[in-house]
Amino acid sequence: MSSTHSDAEAALPVDSRRSRRTTGRGPGNPLPALVLALFAIFFLLPVLWLVLAATKTDDQLVHNNPLSFGSFHALSANWHALTGYQDDVIFQWLRNSAVYSFFALVITLAVAIPAGYAMAMTEFRGRRALLIATLVVMLMPNATLVVPLFLEINAVHLIGSMWSVILPYAFYPFGVYLAYIYFSTALPRELLEAARLDGCSELGVFRRVALPLAAPIVALVGFFSFVANWTNYFLPYVLLPESKQFPVQVGLGTLLNDVPQFNPTVGSLAVERPELALATLLAITPVLVVFLFSQRFLVAGMLAGATKS
Amino acid sequence: MSPATTGRATTRSARRAPWSVRAGHGFVAGYVLLLIAFGVVPTCYAIYFAFTNANGQFTGIANFTDAASDFRFVPAVEHVALYLVCWLVSLAVLVVGLSLLLHRLAARGVSKALRFLYYIPGALAGAASVMVWLFLLDPSVSPVSFLLTSLGFDTFGQVVDTGNLPVLFTLIAFWTGAGGWIVVMYGALNNIPHEVIEAARIDGASAWQTARRIQIPMLRKWIVYMVILAFAGGTQLFVEPQLLTQASVGVAGRDYSLNQLSYDFAFQNNDVNTAAAISVELLLIGLVVAAVFVARSGFFDAD
Repeated sequence: MSSTHSDAEAALPVDSRRSRRTTGRGPGNPLPALVLALFAIFFLLPVLWLVLAATKTDDQLVHNNPLSFGSFHALSANWHALTGYQDDVIFQWLRNSAVYSFFALVITLAVAIPAGYAMAMTEFRGRRALLIATLVVMLMPNATLVVPLFLEINAVHLIGSMWSVILPYAFYPFGVYLAYIYFSTALPRELLEAARLDGCSELGVFRRVALPLAAPIVALVGFFSFVANWTNYFLPYVLLPESKQFPVQVGLGTLLNDVPQFNPTVGSLAVERPELALATLLAITPVLVVFLFSQRFLVAGMLAGATKS
Repeated sequence: MSPATTGRATTRSARRAPWSVRAGHGFVAGYVLLLIAFGVVPTCYAIYFAFTNANGQFTGIANFTDAASDFRFVPAVEHVALYLVCWLVSLAVLVVGLSLLLHRLAARGVSKALRFLYYIPGALAGAASVMVWLFLLDPSVSPVSFLLTSLGFDTFGQVVDTGNLPVLFTLIAFWTGAGGWIVVMYGALNNIPHEVIEAARIDGASAWQTARRIQIPMLRKWIVYMVILAFAGGTQLFVEPQLLTQASVGVAGRDYSLNQLSYDFAFQNNDVNTAAAISVELLLIGLVVAAVFVARSGFFDAD
């Protein structure tokens, strides 16, 4: 890692219009490059190890070089053992995660985009209060409300229903805030005025003028909501009592319970550690794919979360 | 919901002002419904339960004193506080440091690639990251077992000793969360007008002086934003100690954090009132932090 890094640094001309970035010390000091390379190892090594771990037997995991490739045979054996666990329950968990995240995503978009639009572009009583409430709730971590949410949902007898996680997921103030920022900065008011003068109804203005321009924000809110819901653990852990309803994140915890090295009381159900590694890989794949395809979106969102011009 | 409301509004067209007002209400109706159902109502519920007993009778602050006098409460507060110190300090120092280094890299391609690489573990948020670290911290399978043994840890049990947990949870949180913030800080560094940096350079400022006197002060509001969000999230520690408890057969991480304690009161002791009291305390911390930030930072000027 470190060698390729400094090679690349040496190979590229330090000059050009980018030279302003190289204030101060020249390429003579190796320390910054070393620090950056060490952190690259810190961030990447665990991911690499995880991928390789899934290709080994438990014995190889302990005795072989940690960064060696096991065999395709072992990988397929792990796959069969994992999918055999409780009759394919891993697929059920993945499907649950997908269903919960998808429905929550649809509701979030249907609710957050019009709300952000209205707060940015229309006047109504309580608009400012709603905006401030949104900001405060957005900055509050949602784990705070998990136990009270359980009490509430218990009171309306929805415990165990998939809506008990989908609806709380769908409440996504950060998405509303992003939509608000987007519409208030990117949508010229004159455009709306013109449409209104042409006799467009308020709904028509939203549908014909605002929505067609909203593609970037729909994608942004969609990605954020998907990642947040897919990786949520505490809420489904509390609200869904049965294994068949778990999303894959909670399912991982169930698998962990049956790994003998971590829980010596496990009997014949034992899950080998490489199977757990494989399950973890399966659990993160959808998010990783989203990450790879939408890095720019996600970053833009994090930046937008804190700036408003 | 919203089409119906706005539809009605539009048929009474003529007067423009109230028209738009009603449309506004229609557009936000769905969101307001969710806000009430999953923001306001659970909050009220928590408050109601926190001040009553199992029979619904008002009990004043009895639940709060019950919670506070539980033998696990004070340690949980200490744990979370210690973890927050480790986490926030390392986050602020390392994220700013790494962003500055990345920003000085002459090779733009390398800088970009590194930023993306640092960002990848973010995909493993939640239970997945804990799984990875359970392996990494187990000397029998860890790729860095030489590091663990050279620090004197030969078994998983020794590594996850309670005294080490703040550092370990910081490692996990940093590993998954730092990359995103580095990208944000880098973006903020790019927004500093380059004439300013250039002027400092001409005046003979070293890289260190430029960073300390110009760049870091200009990043201040971003650093505050990051620390506030990390603080609020950090008080909610749950999945890491909970899974660690499972992995160590209840030895390490049991009732480690306040959220776990609240969970255990509700589901182990069947005492939702005391659980709610702890939730209310956490809620209060979250609300105060968020409100102070919204009011004071100027970050979110509401118009």
